[in-house]
Amino acid sequence: MIDVVILVNGVPRRVTGDISLAAALWRLDQVTFRQDTSGAPRAPLCAMGVCYECRVTVDGVTGLRACLVQVREGLAVEVPHD
Amino acid sequence: MTESRRLDLVVVGGGPAGLAAAEAAARHGKQVLLIDQAPRLGGQIWRHRDGDPLPRVARDLMRAARPPRVSLALGASVVDAPTPDRLVVDFGGRVATVETTAVVLATGAMERFLPFPGWTLPGVVGVGALQALIKSGTPLAGARVVIAGTGPLIWPVAEAVVRAGGILELIAEQAGRSAVVGFGAALLTRPGLLGRAIGYRRATWRAPFRTGSWPLRAEGGGRLETVIMGGGGARESRIDADWLATAAGLIPRTDLGRLLGCRIEGDALAVDAAQATSVPGVWAAGECTGVSGDEGARIEGTIAGLAAIGITEWPAPLTRRRTRTRAFGVRLARTFAPRAELRDRVEDSTMVCRCEDVRAGALDPAWEFRQAKLWTRIGMGACQARVCGSACSFLYGWDANTVRPPLEQPQLGGWARAIMASPPRDGPPDSLVPPES
Repeated sequence: MIDVVILVNGVPRRVTGDISLAAALWRLDQVTFRQDTSGAPRAPLCAMGVCYECRVTVDGVTGLRACLVQVREGLAVEVPHD
Repeated sequence: MTESRRLDLVVVGGGPAGLAAAEAAARHGKQVLLIDQAPRLGGQIWRHRDGDPLPRVARDLMRAARPPRVSLALGASVVDAPTPDRLVVDFGGRVATVETTAVVLATGAMERFLPFPGWTLPGVVGVGALQALIKSGTPLAGARVVIAGTGPLIWPVAEAVVRAGGILELIAEQAGRSAVVGFGAALLTRPGLLGRAIGYRRATWRAPFRTGSWPLRAEGGGRLETVIMGGGGARESRIDADWLATAAGLIPRTDLGRLLGCRIEGDALAVDAAQATSVPGVWAAGECTGVSGDEGARIEGTIAGLAAIGITEWPAPLTRRRTRTRAFGVRLARTFAPRAELRDRVEDSTMVCRCEDVRAGALDPAWEFRQAKLWTRIGMGACQARVCGSACSFLYGWDANTVRPPLEQPQLGGWARAIMASPPRDGPPDSLVPPES
């Protein structure tokens, strides 16, 4: 599978091209997908689109579930800084 | 795909049941649209990447259920249904109405997540969730994993962890030893399943297996570091781990069925012998009608697909096999019901609603779910109470089956245009009713 380059908070990162965005973020050791109101980190719980814990901003669109998004060349994801 | 043409059948869900339903209807020359939220067909059990091994039946069904025989809308979800023949669908950002003569709901199951201290830490996931993460490319090589679930699902997940190079520190089953042994004995009459079970245990033989054991707490700063296991008076044990895969079994996913007004029986969509729900024009198949495995889902899907296009006769063996798979589902539910002690883990500071950050201490068990929503906003966040609703049913006995459109989070303008263009409902949805003054 060819690699693709995605932008994580603007930083280019290379990942294999046939994986979900949730998997890509774990691969890059980005384990905080969002933060709760106290600032505590949250990450995928269900991995199948039910729980919305993995919601991130993709290409400027907020609230997308990283577990349902496939990575693609140039995808820009915004996540809290770990 | 055009929205203006009326379809013969819309199937919601691309797992075993939905694929079988779509294939059965398409075989009779019907216009079928299959909708699934995921980017690929297969549902959870047949989730795959290119080149992954799949059972033959899965490959055959996925080959059959594709254009031009079956239209596909992947990465799409039904967000509303003003009437059963008009489904409002979010096609990955574009919202449009689909008209159809019949609907088959094949929305599958989800995991039952129960709160305990530390369950919001990154690295604490569901049991099936860990398998899904592995299948979608999450690396596990060298990672320390604790699986603490219930029922047969823990075994293929354990095998997947080993195959992915993870270190299985423990496999824990919350059901007691006698229940597990009794279930194993029952498998003697199902050689296929028994063979699978033996294969899974052989693949994972290095990992310790405990029955009557469940996680009490998870600890870590920023991500999971330690799991504290306990159960049945046994001493607590601390296990350092990167992943804790834990859930209290599977429950039917019924939100779309409930939105359509389908009758619920127990926690599943009620269906008759032809897989018809209580709502004319709506059939249901697979785990949304009761969790009983992929074989039953395929059988029910075939029957539902035929019935939904007006064919009410199907081969008798299908009915016999369905009787058997449903009995198996009933046995599963009984054997692996979550034990009462799982409630005792919850402390005042334990997060119950992960979307709205509502902790157990803010909730009064004497309330009803509706009161709790008004006081605390529990269940009013992004997941629409799919996670905390079943948790509250278990913890407090609340009926948390509230559902209102739109499901999921469609682009609101598109949703509004779609429902404005629809004939009025029997009553407006709650969310559109102004508060009484």
